[in-house]
Amino acid sequence: MAIEILQQRPAVTRATLGGLLAVVIVGTFIYWAFPIAFDAFWGTTCTAIGSWLVCSTFLQHGFTTGILVGIAAPLVGAYVVNRQMALIGEALAHTAFAGVAIGLVVGASIEWANYPLVFALAAAILSAIGLQYLAVKTDAYGDVPLAIILTGGFAIGVAVISYGEGIAFGRELHSYLFGNILFVPFENVQLMVALTLVVLGMVALSHKQLLFITFDREAAQLARINVWFYDMVLIVVTALVVVAAMQIMGAILVAAMLVIPVAAAMQVAGSFNRGLLLAIVFGEAAVLGGIFASYYLDIASGAAIVIVAMLIYFAAVLGTR
Amino acid sequence: MTAAIDVDHVSFAYGDQPVLRDVSMTVEEGRFVGLIGPNGSGKTTLMKIMLGLQRPDSGAVRLFDVPADRFSEGTRLGYVAQHAKASDGRMPMSVREVVTMGRYAHAGVRRLADRDRQIVEEALEQVGIDDLAERNVNRLSGGQQQRTFIARALASEADLLALDEPTVGVDAESKETFYGLLDELNDAGITIVMIEHDIGVITEHADEIACLNEELYAHCETSRFLETDALERAFSSARIARPDRTVSAD
Repeated sequence: MAIEILQQRPAVTRATLGGLLAVVIVGTFIYWAFPIAFDAFWGTTCTAIGSWLVCSTFLQHGFTTGILVGIAAPLVGAYVVNRQMALIGEALAHTAFAGVAIGLVVGASIEWANYPLVFALAAAILSAIGLQYLAVKTDAYGDVPLAIILTGGFAIGVAVISYGEGIAFGRELHSYLFGNILFVPFENVQLMVALTLVVLGMVALSHKQLLFITFDREAAQLARINVWFYDMVLIVVTALVVVAAMQIMGAILVAAMLVIPVAAAMQVAGSFNRGLLLAIVFGEAAVLGGIFASYYLDIASGAAIVIVAMLIYFAAVLGTR
Repeated sequence: MTAAIDVDHVSFAYGDQPVLRDVSMTVEEGRFVGLIGPNGSGKTTLMKIMLGLQRPDSGAVRLFDVPADRFSEGTRLGYVAQHAKASDGRMPMSVREVVTMGRYAHAGVRRLADRDRQIVEEALEQVGIDDLAERNVNRLSGGQQQRTFIARALASEADLLALDEPTVGVDAESKETFYGLLDELNDAGITIVMIEHDIGVITEHADEIACLNEELYAHCETSRFLETDALERAFSSARIARPDRTVSAD
């Protein structure tokens, strides 16, 4: 494989330069342009509607994150679900939770390292690579590696928390476990934007290969598509989405956004691309409906979003009978 | 004429269960080769090894004169697997989406061009499923699904088509049209290798027949093949030597 990569040197150089350029553009956008756009958008919306619902900074953060999750999660979920890997998000979320726990403990003693989501990201990507390795080693996406990583990751998280018992995790830990729309600091909104852009970019570049492998793995191999590489792309993208969505959905419920809107859409659609778009529509409906329900009924946002998504799924199933 | 596929002393085993033993055969470009043999005789495995989807334990395979595992022009190969019903029928895919996949390896990471879309439309027309393009492939009949997969191979501009029992579960009338289509494609210069149970069909359409049961019993022109006793030997050895072999072992 190394030889092949060397032979494609011009392509690799172009891809590397393109990647660096993309990082610079995305970075500049997020640090400079995005806060201005964010304030302008919500300022206008607030003046126009004048309700607490759109004027509260907390909810503005929550809505923005939610809308982005509603795009990114079903998008990636469409490939994951159709490969019968529905629970992979759940496994990655639980290891991401271990990352959060480590991040909180480290952050409590080292001021500048107080970014638990970055630790979550690292943990999720590492476990994604580990899962991929296990899948290849054990020759299938069986649910055994998933169950091991899922429970193992959560166990590490719990172990770390109990070890750092003296530290007051309180609300922050709780919000990573169960999700909290009112607890999304602005830098996490920025991180969310970055992750969404990266996910959109990666899916845009690899949609054809991901779809081919998802639908007909053997034919994709025959067409000499690098199946191993694109499997890795998909699982890493999944890890990014999971970490991004964890803030409002919580580690325990995050997989729902990958799975339920997609399941509903695939029930109704007659083609994959239409299913993909419909999954995003359902995802947005679940996020917005869930946030409103959470506000009016005073229930946890993550749970409300999942319940709305589930209602959409049941409607889709009943509608197609 | 050059060889599309060259199999050289290939052996393969699943664990200690031998599947192929010292098989050598050559498929010349533009030929229509029928591959027959009893159940569990290693036909599907041989086909996968020919296409570079599986590596032989020993021996070598060349595709268009390049070692199969280093053959990079995937678009030249078309494969319609046994019961080609990928994704076990739960993933919604329109017929056009499936056929468009034939262009994916050509496109790489770039967007599909107008020419790609045009080739897809031509492939749909060629196998006569252009009126089904928007339908969900999982809701079609077996024959229509097989045509969809053939169209995908055509869209990839494959010049080697490997078919593994393509008409299982297809009604008699569709079978006739299907084999007619294969003859047309073969006349147009596409090399075809086909695994088929129906020996009547094979002798009618194939130029050459290879009879396999772990070993290659015969590989020759169809007319000559009928005069040999290879068929009888291959099938009887299956019955005598391995009475315990399960039917679906290949």
